[in-house]
Amino acid sequence: MNMPVLKTNLAASAPMESATVVSLPMAKPSYMTTRILPGLRAVSARVVPPVIMLALIFGVWQLLCMKPGATLPSPSRIWADAKDLIIDPFFITGPQDIGLGWRVLTSLQRVAIGFGLASVVGILVGAVIGQSIWAMRGLDPIFQVLRTVPPLAWLPISLAAFRDSNPSAIFVIFITSIWPIIINTAVGIRNIPQDYRNVAAVVQLNQVEFFWKIMIPSAAPYIFTGLRIGIGLSWLAIVAAEMLTGGVGIGFFIWDAWNSSRLSDIFVALAYIGTVGFMLDRIVAFVANLATRGAQAS
Amino acid sequence: MTYLKIDHVDKVFTRGSASTEVLKDINLTVEKGEYISIIGHSGCGKSTLLNIVAGLTNATQGGVLLEDREVNSPGPDRAVVFQNHSLLPWLTVYDNVRLGVDKVFAKTKTRAERDEWVLYNLNLVQMTHAKDKRPSEVSGGMKQRVGIARALAMEPKVLLLDEPFGALDALTRAHLQDSVMALHQKLGNTIMMITHDVDEAVLLSDRIVMMTNGPSAKIGEVLDVPLPRPRKRLELASNTTYLKCRQRVLEFLYERQRFVEAA
Repeated sequence: MNMPVLKTNLAASAPMESATVVSLPMAKPSYMTTRILPGLRAVSARVVPPVIMLALIFGVWQLLCMKPGATLPSPSRIWADAKDLIIDPFFITGPQDIGLGWRVLTSLQRVAIGFGLASVVGILVGAVIGQSIWAMRGLDPIFQVLRTVPPLAWLPISLAAFRDSNPSAIFVIFITSIWPIIINTAVGIRNIPQDYRNVAAVVQLNQVEFFWKIMIPSAAPYIFTGLRIGIGLSWLAIVAAEMLTGGVGIGFFIWDAWNSSRLSDIFVALAYIGTVGFMLDRIVAFVANLATRGAQAS
Repeated sequence: MTYLKIDHVDKVFTRGSASTEVLKDINLTVEKGEYISIIGHSGCGKSTLLNIVAGLTNATQGGVLLEDREVNSPGPDRAVVFQNHSLLPWLTVYDNVRLGVDKVFAKTKTRAERDEWVLYNLNLVQMTHAKDKRPSEVSGGMKQRVGIARALAMEPKVLLLDEPFGALDALTRAHLQDSVMALHQKLGNTIMMITHDVDEAVLLSDRIVMMTNGPSAKIGEVLDVPLPRPRKRLELASNTTYLKCRQRVLEFLYERQRFVEAA
């Protein structure tokens, strides 16, 4: 059935061949203009403005700090002083002379333990509070007061309790990041639509099944908001906590650099902290996007 | 033996010191395989009555007996099809039905049998093609079909429909009514349906329970619909029994229980 159709097509196109050749060179640049160029344009539209602003900021900074009596180092001075720190994040030349990448990893490890514990405990406690009106009434005022306590105010208590710097730092992370997780989870659970509760009741889900199959997915957008605030707070807290507890870590590095007047190193460390904090926030946001894809009610 | 018995049910909602009596002395018996509609103006407490049968709300006085046993908590033997479908948006169509199946048949069916049973029920409502879609990706009528499949898959003794077609457009509604009629014919379920659509009630039901206006709503009248099954929508349009039944319900709703705006 196809054969005669093919034949007629071939026969019809054969004398026209010279005409179709003209249109071929048109097709080639069309891929370039429809796919690659707009793609490049979209990327450059997002990359170029921040690069220009960064160059401007460095320029102004350089001008302000160039003169001999300046209290803070200029970008060129930082580059000259701390080139090794900037170029290679993962060098090891001595017990206290290691790359900033290692220090950040040590700090991240503490954050991972503290924040991980806070996530598990925070979601569980938040679920209980969200489910029970009496737990809510009893605990919410206490939490609202405790969550305003600055992270470092917990440190002396924590040091007294644990008598060691590492668990103390982890505890500070935990106690700082747990409040937004608890509060957001509780709100998310209180906002589970009655319809979903009715479905669970008719199907007769037990408490554990209800928690995993209804509560967590339904409250996921709220929970992730809490986690995102929490991870930001823990990164703020770890730097401050490490400044006081010492040891290895990006926070202590800053304190140490200050004590030995290596101002340039501090600037480099700040750039590291900012970048890592930004990446942590993006990672949680990315996971949240993956996890709550289907959760929007329709 | 009566299958489902609603026995002297009163319902009073209390809020602080104020209390409203919604339902007053409701008595109703339903036979196995019967299709019962409950019709009344909005606010008359018909949804409350359905919730009491479902066990989602407790009666203040009286109770509900299913096969001579009192039921006062929700369960899969009285599966509900909710007005707004209430599918879980993070689960696929298949998983929404599977949720109930896994729970009800946890001990009596193997994993493979449960899978088969879910697909069988999706097939009953002609939704097999969309089994891997999420509720947000299918139309309103399809969502309601899945809601029906989820309820049917629990093999309920009584199927409770809470204004199941209320949120659908007229054409989809007619289509779904035909589907429910065919399912009732095929499976012989006992069905209790809340509605405010007179034609729907007459078309689908064996008996229509008409409720008076609240507060303190009662059963005003129960009408038998002696139309033979299977029923055909088009043929019924000129059927005298159909028209007479329709007339009786309309008279009840618009003459004897005219909806008072202030109430």
